[in-house]
Amino acid sequence: MSSFDLADWLLDIWILATASLVAASCAMVGVFLILRRQALMGDAISHSVLLGIVLAYLISGSNSLWVMLLGAVTIGLITAWLSESLHKVSRLQSDASIGIVFTLLFSIGVILVSLYTGQIDLDQECVLYGEIAFVPFDTIIWGDMETGTDIGPRAFWLILIVFLIVLISITLGFERLKTVTFHPSLALSLGISIPFWHYFLMTLVSMTTVASFDAVGAILVVALLIIPAASAYLLAKSLKSMLWLAVLYSQLSVWIGYALSYWLNSSIAASIAVSAGLLMIVTLLIMQIRKVQQKRHYLQQLNTEQA
Amino acid sequence: MSNQIPLQVEQLSIRYHHKPVLTDVSFSVPAGKTVAIIGPNGAGKSSLLKGIMGLTPVIQGNALFYGKPLAEKRLTTAYVPQREEIDWDFPIDVMDVVLMGRHGQLKFWQRPSQSDREIAEQALKDLQMWDFRERQISQLSGGQQQRVFLARALAQQASLYLMDEPFAGVDVATEKAIIELFKQLKAKGNTVVCVHHDLNTVSEYYDYVVLINSRLIAAGPTDEVLTQDNLNKTYGGRLSLLNDLTEQMYRSRLDNAHDSD
Repeated sequence: MSSFDLADWLLDIWILATASLVAASCAMVGVFLILRRQALMGDAISHSVLLGIVLAYLISGSNSLWVMLLGAVTIGLITAWLSESLHKVSRLQSDASIGIVFTLLFSIGVILVSLYTGQIDLDQECVLYGEIAFVPFDTIIWGDMETGTDIGPRAFWLILIVFLIVLISITLGFERLKTVTFHPSLALSLGISIPFWHYFLMTLVSMTTVASFDAVGAILVVALLIIPAASAYLLAKSLKSMLWLAVLYSQLSVWIGYALSYWLNSSIAASIAVSAGLLMIVTLLIMQIRKVQQKRHYLQQLNTEQA
Repeated sequence: MSNQIPLQVEQLSIRYHHKPVLTDVSFSVPAGKTVAIIGPNGAGKSSLLKGIMGLTPVIQGNALFYGKPLAEKRLTTAYVPQREEIDWDFPIDVMDVVLMGRHGQLKFWQRPSQSDREIAEQALKDLQMWDFRERQISQLSGGQQQRVFLARALAQQASLYLMDEPFAGVDVATEKAIIELFKQLKAKGNTVVCVHHDLNTVSEYYDYVVLINSRLIAAGPTDEVLTQDNLNKTYGGRLSLLNDLTEQMYRSRLDNAHDSD
């Protein structure tokens, strides 16, 4: 009996660890998307990476982590580039261009998935919603299939690698990313390449979304990209504090969401997204109440001064 | 370097969606002077500055900085964008904005050093903004925001400064601080080129004037170029406005004459 409990407990740990890393990576990347007003780009890339995963699998015949990452990053960059080119050539608004490009790429992905259902281990529902509860069962075996040791879920290792890449990239490129995000033409006047840092960021978004795919799916990853960063934006006074706050919000969302899903016996990913939304609303409410209090305080001061 | 021409614009033309914004503009700017670019709204003043800095595509012509293309002289040229183009809600404090002036000298992984911080500190003190160094930029008045961006340009330690309407919508204290800054920069042999819109103050603040209205009307020392005839050519068609302005200008010149007595 006790061994059964231990296994159960381990499952929870793997799920929580994966969710935490997914949320933290999304939050860090999301900060830059929010500040650059490119939240829709996160939505776009999170969908079109499906095509990248499918193509990478069909071409290489393997579903190793590196092949998946490469496929996703390639399609992610193509999405960003195509959207921008369409915007420039057709003079459509940039949000319309993004909408055209990513839905097209995503649909091609969906068709390919249904055409090759037998060969690809991806079902359409899982693509859209993800299922983090199944994450612990798809594990990586180190070494031989029979004699090797089980080192834990695939999704966990993928997001751990991506989390480290995102963390190191943002730490190293922090000053440049700050300047480019704050004022592109100022950055350009200092000789900083805007396209380089734009596609650099798009690479990080692509990697983060593909790694989050198994866990939360294409729709809910958008919630994790945008909501914690947006909540942090409400409070932050510097870019550094915004990054920390976004990560804090994302972790709170994971813990509260996990408890919520346990209590309601519902989807973990959806509960995490709902918690992120609730935290944002609570933050907004507290800020509004404070504003009213401050106003009252000022009025009282004025009154006492007059009296 | 001081005997070279800090900025030379050669046959610059800019189109925006096939509409001509600037056509065949050529002029050069002398070293150690303050230079105003003036013209009516929509004359292409800001576009000219952006075209010079490579921030907007030009269809023809180029700009030389001390005889070299911009790529070789980026760090000796500091650009101050228009205040409206800046996202003032961005989570960043005053000190961080000013430190951006040092980024050109740093590799992408490097953080500003102690000496970079000292340069930024001096720039903030020069513009009386040191006390505000930890404020988020949204919590500043318009004039203070302008001074932060001037401090950023100053921290770059450039020798040519291109500013897009630095006097637009600022308070008296800031206006004085900017004029003081101009004097300081000129004393070091640096050159300042500003887009300017207030005709009343041109002759007081600037040594040299470039008049444009889609094309170059005139360029030269203020007292030679700022004539009724040239202003008519530049602002042509808006006579009522122009009459007011020339009258004001006449008065301000009278005031100046009295001042110098």
